[in-house]
Amino acid sequence: MMKSKADEEEYWNSSKFKAFTFDDEDDEFSRLKESKQAVNNIRRLVEEDDDEDDVEKVSWSGEPVGSISWSVRETAASNQKTDREPAFPKINTDTPTISKSNSGYSLSSLFKGKSRGSFQTFNDSLSDSSVRLYAPELRKPKSEYKDYVSDWSPEETVQRMQQGKVVSLEKFRSLQDKLLLLDIAVSAHDGNVITAVLIYLKRTLSKEVLFRELESRQIALRHFIHYLTETRDQRLLLELLRALCRTEDMALLQYKEHLSIADENKRRDFLKSCLSLPFSAEDSAHVQDHYTVLERQIIIEATDRQAERGGKVEIFQKFPRRASILNMPLITTLYYCSFYHYTEPEGTYSSPLNIRQTFKISEKQYFVTALAARAKLKAWSDVDALFTSRNWLGFTRKKSPLSFQRVVDILQKNSAPTQVLQDYVALVDDADVRISLAQKHKCHDIIINTYRDLKDRQMLLGYRGKVERGSVEERKIDELLNNPVRKKRRGHLHRLHHVT
Amino acid sequence: MAHSARRRDCPELPDFSLLKRLARDQLIYLLEQLPGKKDLFIEADLMSPLDRIANVSTLKQHEVDKLYKVEHKPVVSTSDQLCFLIRPRIQTVKWICDVANADKAAGKFRRYKIIFTPQKFYACEAVLEEQGIFGDVTTDEWAFNLLPLDDDIISLELPEFFRDNFLAGDQRWVRTAGSALHLLHSLYGPFSKIYGIGRCSKMAYESWREQVEEGEQRTHQAEIGKVFLIDRDVDFVTPLCSQVVYEGLVDDIFRIKCGCVEFGPEVTSSDKSMKVMLNSQDKVFNEIRNEHFSNVFGFLSQKARNLQTAYDKRRGMDIKQMKTFVSEELKGLKQEHRLLSLHIGASESIMKKKTKQDFQELLKTEHSLLEGFEIRECISFIEEHINRQVSMIESLRLLCLLSITENGLLPKDFRSLKAQYLQSYGVDHLLTFANLRQLGLLVEQQPGETLTVMESKVGKLVNDKTAGKLTDAFSSLAKKSNFRALSRKLNLVPKSDEEYDLRVPRDMAYIFSGAYVPLSCKLIEQVLDRDGWTGLEEVTRLLNGHEFAVSGSTGGDSKTKSDAQRIILVMFLGGCTFSEISALRFLGRERGYKFIVVTTAITNSSRLLEALLDNHA
Repeated sequence: MMKSKADEEEYWNSSKFKAFTFDDEDDEFSRLKESKQAVNNIRRLVEEDDDEDDVEKVSWSGEPVGSISWSVRETAASNQKTDREPAFPKINTDTPTISKSNSGYSLSSLFKGKSRGSFQTFNDSLSDSSVRLYAPELRKPKSEYKDYVSDWSPEETVQRMQQGKVVSLEKFRSLQDKLLLLDIAVSAHDGNVITAVLIYLKRTLSKEVLFRELESRQIALRHFIHYLTETRDQRLLLELLRALCRTEDMALLQYKEHLSIADENKRRDFLKSCLSLPFSAEDSAHVQDHYTVLERQIIIEATDRQAERGGKVEIFQKFPRRASILNMPLITTLYYCSFYHYTEPEGTYSSPLNIRQTFKISEKQYFVTALAARAKLKAWSDVDALFTSRNWLGFTRKKSPLSFQRVVDILQKNSAPTQVLQDYVALVDDADVRISLAQKHKCHDIIINTYRDLKDRQMLLGYRGKVERGSVEERKIDELLNNPVRKKRRGHLHRLHHVT
Repeated sequence: MAHSARRRDCPELPDFSLLKRLARDQLIYLLEQLPGKKDLFIEADLMSPLDRIANVSTLKQHEVDKLYKVEHKPVVSTSDQLCFLIRPRIQTVKWICDVANADKAAGKFRRYKIIFTPQKFYACEAVLEEQGIFGDVTTDEWAFNLLPLDDDIISLELPEFFRDNFLAGDQRWVRTAGSALHLLHSLYGPFSKIYGIGRCSKMAYESWREQVEEGEQRTHQAEIGKVFLIDRDVDFVTPLCSQVVYEGLVDDIFRIKCGCVEFGPEVTSSDKSMKVMLNSQDKVFNEIRNEHFSNVFGFLSQKARNLQTAYDKRRGMDIKQMKTFVSEELKGLKQEHRLLSLHIGASESIMKKKTKQDFQELLKTEHSLLEGFEIRECISFIEEHINRQVSMIESLRLLCLLSITENGLLPKDFRSLKAQYLQSYGVDHLLTFANLRQLGLLVEQQPGETLTVMESKVGKLVNDKTAGKLTDAFSSLAKKSNFRALSRKLNLVPKSDEEYDLRVPRDMAYIFSGAYVPLSCKLIEQVLDRDGWTGLEEVTRLLNGHEFAVSGSTGGDSKTKSDAQRIILVMFLGGCTFSEISALRFLGRERGYKFIVVTTAITNSSRLLEALLDNHA
């Protein structure tokens, strides 16, 4: 049969343009390999006299000490005091605390109309006029400055605290004074000072009063909560949250304690006690699951450890357990059970089906996990059974809640042989993906068939070079290349074959 | 390479090595305050920063005998003087108190000195007081708050800034940030203009301004003209994206620590690991650090060929030529060779890792999320990711990206994904989810209207106190990301039907394969172009405000025209990524600026999310 050239060209589609991808092993990777080879080839020459280390390494190795006197001279020389002008304007950092107190207990509410800018005037009176050298200023620790402790105003007190100078808070005795001090600390935006004032307030105010006042001061409150968290004052923190009616936070905080309980039985009992905590409905269910999983894990662990020690159960001999199942996530537990207890009847605690039921695991999730576990064991018949479903006519077909691309990926990661892989590669819908997977796993038949379906002569020709000479594959390609039109009509039927 | 300096008039960067000398001298001064032989205990996360400015012999010269890492265990030291170099953390101070009290109980007399860096906190001193050892211990501050990591990167090395400030709402580091800025201002200022956005930025600006007023001012030629302050929570999308620029990728995969990376045997193709400094001194790295990964291979193979040619020259040389070759060229070639093989090894390893984890598909999902396209497919991709128990952090990252770009998840999706996440990675992550909700990173969509209506109704009905509480409860709502609207307004996602040539980038989107212009950098670009926020009112409204632009009255007209005005210091409060730095370098080349990035720490998606995990005791 003769075909005209034009005919032929019309038949074959052009190869797709290939953009860079990270999966592209062929191109970029081999280029990289070439460069690597080139570089490696010249290594010998380089090593001829390898007397020094050119790549800077990090180590505690000798380097002359920088001279202190030099640096002091350097900075001192450029030091000239100039006339001060208010260089940059103050901007409004409108934090919620501007409305300093709405509790009615604080004196600061009396100042509400006044602008906060007035605090700023203290700067000028404080700035001492003595000319200090700049460099020592940078080098001297603040603790060396000992100023007089005297009767500072709240603003001055806060400012001195910011500068790390000595202050006394003892004079702030009335509630009004204390709160004013706190509000001014907050308006200075210095967390260190805010916390310092809070520590003083914690020491000198009853909890009830402190909590009440903090409720309307969100910024101070957050500092206090953080301080209690850092000092691990769990008891007071819980009291505070209770007073603020932040019940969910309370529940979470208490729940968090389980993390520091090492003994699994104690942990389980603690989790049980958490069930009555005021979680949101949704979280409450999660905590219930947490308890139930651990309870089961303890039972399974005890049984399996014994079975393993007894040496009579084959699977534990063949695949010794690498770690205990205690405190593992639910899905890890499901995997474990799909690995060691796959065939158990649904009534047992360790049956995967039972776990699926109890914890309402989605079909897809169950499928993924069981697939991975059975593939790991190379139980290919189990794998096959997972996919097989019968329709009402009694035909079996392969169905998966997961894309077949993922299935292939999971199987391949568990080192499935090519014969197993190609069954699933063939089921991948997208032709491009199918080809790249088939190439990766050397499923020649699938590649050839797909190129045939795509009518991509060029790719087919290219692929001919990759298969073994004189092989079945080569003959198949030749046949296709020589006689495309005959196959043309059949091509579109091809895909249906896999469904049977 | 591909985009070499487009404008050749970029000004020179100031020399920041002075900062290192300053920090070292101050440390020496402090060590001398405790004369005689002493053992030094160093907080683990201070080791690398300390390594950058001093070394063992520096310490030895100042009578440091043995070095220990702070490990919260009983000490074995026999020295009668102990010096502790620590971050101001309550638990570390408690441990020191335990050490001192144990000595007391054993009747052992020692001198103790605590050097807090970058500053001490009252809360730490309160611990000393409570534990009854205030006075037995002397304390000092080492204001080491600026570490130059490279010519244009300065880090405060305070990763905890992020969690403390944004999650806990603790403003303890505001003054630190202000002081850092103050030091830069004193040495390289005066600044003429400061822009910023974010609550913390505003506070840091105020703190800086107050410190300027408190201290003395010096006049000298300004080396840095403008400053831009930005809070990390203004843009969470950018740090949550996978990095595909070389330096960012290296950070994502190998974790660059304090400007240094440890390459394992798989990279060095030997049996040992190697620590390598990654900065502009590394000539090979310097040329590829800002490149999209797809360009790196081409560059490296070209380099390898050039190197081969250079080596080949020695064939047919006579003795004299050979001598010149060895003395003049060989050393450079050898160094280049070594660097080249390292970066080839690293690229190879990156390629292997990324191929293994279906990186291409992951990127596709990210890009769809940024574009707001095929969201259902994205959700099922994320779901599969969770089902297969692929990296816990990666799953969380995708969930957060989904939530921010979509302004929260639909209640049905939120519940289902959260449940599956807890099943796959442990119910302990309830605490992580609570943190993410508080930060507004992973939230349930609220039926918007009903809420505002409810809020205003309730506000009218109840007294102030309750209203305050309610507003607090709704505060996560206030942090709505509005990403989609911002993206449209600022044109962050280029049309996907256009070809994007990554070798010749046309905008900052190249750092994300042409799919997304980082919001943070776009804001900086826009504000610099407009010399302020004028015309960006809608954008700042969507970002929840807190923007500012102020000029100093110093700095005459003659100065504003100088090169310094094109040197722009960008300070990220809460961390910045290498991708953002690459984007700014690109912007600098385009506009004739030089950017100096000051950050509380270098971050990436993993670090950002790890800081919010709460599934450990």
